[in-house]
Amino acid sequence: MNELVGTTATDLLALLETRAVSAEEVTRAHLDRVTATDGDVRALLRRLDEPALDHARDIDRRRGAGETLGALAGVPVVLKDNLTTRGVETTCASRILEHYRPPYDATVVTRLRAADAVVIGKANMDEFAMGSSTENSAFARTANPWDLGRVPGGSSGGSAAAVAACQAPVALGSDTGGSVRQPGAFCGVVGVKPTYGLVSRYGLLAFASSLDQIGPLARTVEDAARVLQAIAGNDPADATSLPGPAPDLLSALQDGVRDLRVGVVTEYQSEGGDDRVGARVRDALARLEKLGAQVAEVSVPHVAYGVAAYYLIAPSEASSNLSRYDGVRYGLRVPGATTEEMMAATREAGFGAEVKRRIMIGTYALSAGYYDAYYAQAQRVRTLIIRDLEAAYEQCDVLVGPTTPSTAFRFGENLDDPLSMYLQDVYTNAANLAGVPAVSVPIGLDDRGLPAGLQIMAPMGGEATMLRVARALEADLALDSVPRGPNAVEAP
Amino acid sequence: MSVEQATRYEAVIGLEVHVELSTRTKMFCGCAIDFGGEPNVRTCPVCLGQPGSLPVANRAAVESAIRLGLALGCAVAPWTEFHRKNYFYPDMPKNYQISQYDVPICAGGVLEVTVDGGKRTQVGITRVHMEEDTGKSTHVGTSGRIHGADHSLIDYNRAGIPLLEVVSEPDIRSADEARAYLTELRAIVRALGVSDAKLEEGSMRCDANVSLRPVGHTVFGTRVEVKNMNSLRSLGRAIEYEVARQTDLLTAGEQVVQETRHWDEGAGATSTLRAKEEVFDYRYFPEPDLVPLEPDAGWIEQLRAGLPELPAVTRQRLTEQQGVPAEQVATLVEADLVPTLEAAVAGGAGPVEAANWLTNELVGWATGHGVAPADAPLDGAQLAALAALVRDGTLSTKLGRQVLEDVLAGAGSPAEVVRERGLTQISDTDELAALVDAAIAQNADAADQVRGGNRKAVGALVGAVMKASKGQANPKLVNELLMQRLT
Repeated sequence: MNELVGTTATDLLALLETRAVSAEEVTRAHLDRVTATDGDVRALLRRLDEPALDHARDIDRRRGAGETLGALAGVPVVLKDNLTTRGVETTCASRILEHYRPPYDATVVTRLRAADAVVIGKANMDEFAMGSSTENSAFARTANPWDLGRVPGGSSGGSAAAVAACQAPVALGSDTGGSVRQPGAFCGVVGVKPTYGLVSRYGLLAFASSLDQIGPLARTVEDAARVLQAIAGNDPADATSLPGPAPDLLSALQDGVRDLRVGVVTEYQSEGGDDRVGARVRDALARLEKLGAQVAEVSVPHVAYGVAAYYLIAPSEASSNLSRYDGVRYGLRVPGATTEEMMAATREAGFGAEVKRRIMIGTYALSAGYYDAYYAQAQRVRTLIIRDLEAAYEQCDVLVGPTTPSTAFRFGENLDDPLSMYLQDVYTNAANLAGVPAVSVPIGLDDRGLPAGLQIMAPMGGEATMLRVARALEADLALDSVPRGPNAVEAP
Repeated sequence: MSVEQATRYEAVIGLEVHVELSTRTKMFCGCAIDFGGEPNVRTCPVCLGQPGSLPVANRAAVESAIRLGLALGCAVAPWTEFHRKNYFYPDMPKNYQISQYDVPICAGGVLEVTVDGGKRTQVGITRVHMEEDTGKSTHVGTSGRIHGADHSLIDYNRAGIPLLEVVSEPDIRSADEARAYLTELRAIVRALGVSDAKLEEGSMRCDANVSLRPVGHTVFGTRVEVKNMNSLRSLGRAIEYEVARQTDLLTAGEQVVQETRHWDEGAGATSTLRAKEEVFDYRYFPEPDLVPLEPDAGWIEQLRAGLPELPAVTRQRLTEQQGVPAEQVATLVEADLVPTLEAAVAGGAGPVEAANWLTNELVGWATGHGVAPADAPLDGAQLAALAALVRDGTLSTKLGRQVLEDVLAGAGSPAEVVRERGLTQISDTDELAALVDAAIAQNADAADQVRGGNRKAVGALVGAVMKASKGQANPKLVNELLMQRLT
């Protein structure tokens, strides 16, 4: 196998810069890796070999002509299939959008292209980003590269698995309640949920508008920072986009954690969680303290209600966002005697069980007699969580805890029990409800050889500090990020 | 309830008026606003509700909403937001409409209307809120309705055009008051320039809520919503019909059913569109793709300062200060000719003089040619020039009318028409003397009568001179010359 596969984006950029390798070689090596591994992993719904190679050759030509290239020139990247790509199928892993070709590119896609990143494929996901295992895809079941009998997490399971399996050094996912961080933790890669509004949502097929945020997955913190830097910044096409240019995330990345105040969320201590994860978290905290950080416990009382609030707000917004999938303008259409029957039959056939469940919950929660009891009450809880976090950040610079209650579970283990699946978000959803940034960084393997992640949360706009902590921990741990074990995908 | 025993009922009417804004672009995207044209050409991912697309509020539309609110005496909300109104309909790309719900941008105004006979009434304005329009569907097949259509065609050019909804208090008591309210609201909207407000073309649409109660009662009766009135006339007829229908029901001891009814202009009647049981649950919730609006106080004051003179003030100024009769002013306002009048006055014409030309001549011409008076090709400067030519005796009033016709036909400015057609009035006494002598010679009888003391008989001689001069002779001079010769 080619040694270009498994190399970080940062190292690839250096090799490309010195013309030690061409973008075409890099792209081809990763496409070959997809060929070798995706029969087992099934991370991708669509390969984009020809456009990717064309793009790579164009980059090589422009480099040869001495032109200035973008910050990610020649870096292969995989996109979650809920990001619009002009003329290229974008399905959200749903039958209702099978064969749908959007007429426009998402802003993040435009920015990746402007940075000369090479899009090599579209990743599998839970249908409409609803789920925590990527078992809800209508088209494929993605496997965890560390143990092919286990889930990669979700809903960005395809993106996380593609990075873990070395199909691409970086990928984009989307995170509504933990959908980048949880699969990042399960697959042993870095996953970032940025501050709400830092990355434009224009072209992200909406699940829950007030919670959704696009974020990178990568094998290193620096790679994730590079991708985030490239896609961040104000977009006039998104009214919720933060004003101003993207913050500088790279220059202070190596500054360490000396004297930073690290708050350990009391309510996230592994009570209820799996002690296999807890052991790794305790080790990570000890390392941060050794590196000079001040580690102390901080209480964030209302996060206990986060899952309940999240599972009212997200389905409410989803029930409205998904109403446009009706068979009238694009995608699947199942005939019916009347317009209403056509719409009902289309939605019945086109949506999977989890999507229907959430549409039902959301429709109920927003309906006239129940709005105050459910949706409005959930929004009040959300406000309390925001205030809790603001108070906590007066005592510390970042908040930490486990990313997930357990390491990757087996296929089917939580499939028939929606509530246990929903608890996958228990530590991650607060960041979405409050709009603050959070990252999951690998902190080693449990006693079964499965990756665990530490979640680091920061106040609004605190990405630079948050990534510094993650980077310090990553350097101290010096983990080997290539999957291994009896059931792991073949090593590069 | 005593309703059944009552013998006299009072109508309680509230109007909901939708105004399509004539901003350059749509409410939430950059697509152009225009009327007609090929279907679906003025669309983009946003107004088509394509997956992943996001709305961004149009500042100019917000400005129009605030300006109309200020003109209606409303308070502007210091904080407001958009809501989603959820219901499935093929016209609506997202299956929800972005609208406003509990906090409209403007609320609590008043509109004074005057009905025929001079009675003045204050109609409260409950709210003015912003929303987006839907697309337009054409159902192909026998019924013309969506049910039973062979297929339906949808044009989304209209989807996303900004609308203002102006909701009145139930302060209106008659069809006449309803018409007067809509006329005045339309005049204000047009004075502000926020919409062309054409009922017939749908850029202004009106629904009426009509209920009845026994005279003297304060409790409201059961309300019926009437839709599809696309002219002032049909608004009046629909309300009259509905009041009569409800009066008959109540007089007969029956109940009025709460429902939405459709006005059928051809049948001259309303019919059930949907009953109360079919009322939708719109599941309103704050639009998470948009940020709340907090109109800056300085901006609001700037918009207030920039408001044009409103129609009521214009009317008062024209009648009380400039002496134009009230009926003419009403005609000018209705025909949207006040700007032309103002421009003519600025160009030197007298207000009464200019008003006469506009109401007596231009309105008639426009009606005859099937165009809106305001769209007639005559500007204020041309009118002032024409009035001056008549005032200084260059043209007779009759010649002036001919010149106006030619100007309207596109023959050029009044001065150009006069020059090119040689229409100048003949005031040269030598030239006139020859014509006068010829007329006396050819009308000996009339001349003798004048000589005999019958001064009225001179009219026939004047007429003969005018005829011979093709209307160009100065009638006053002709008269003088005739009298010199015959007395």
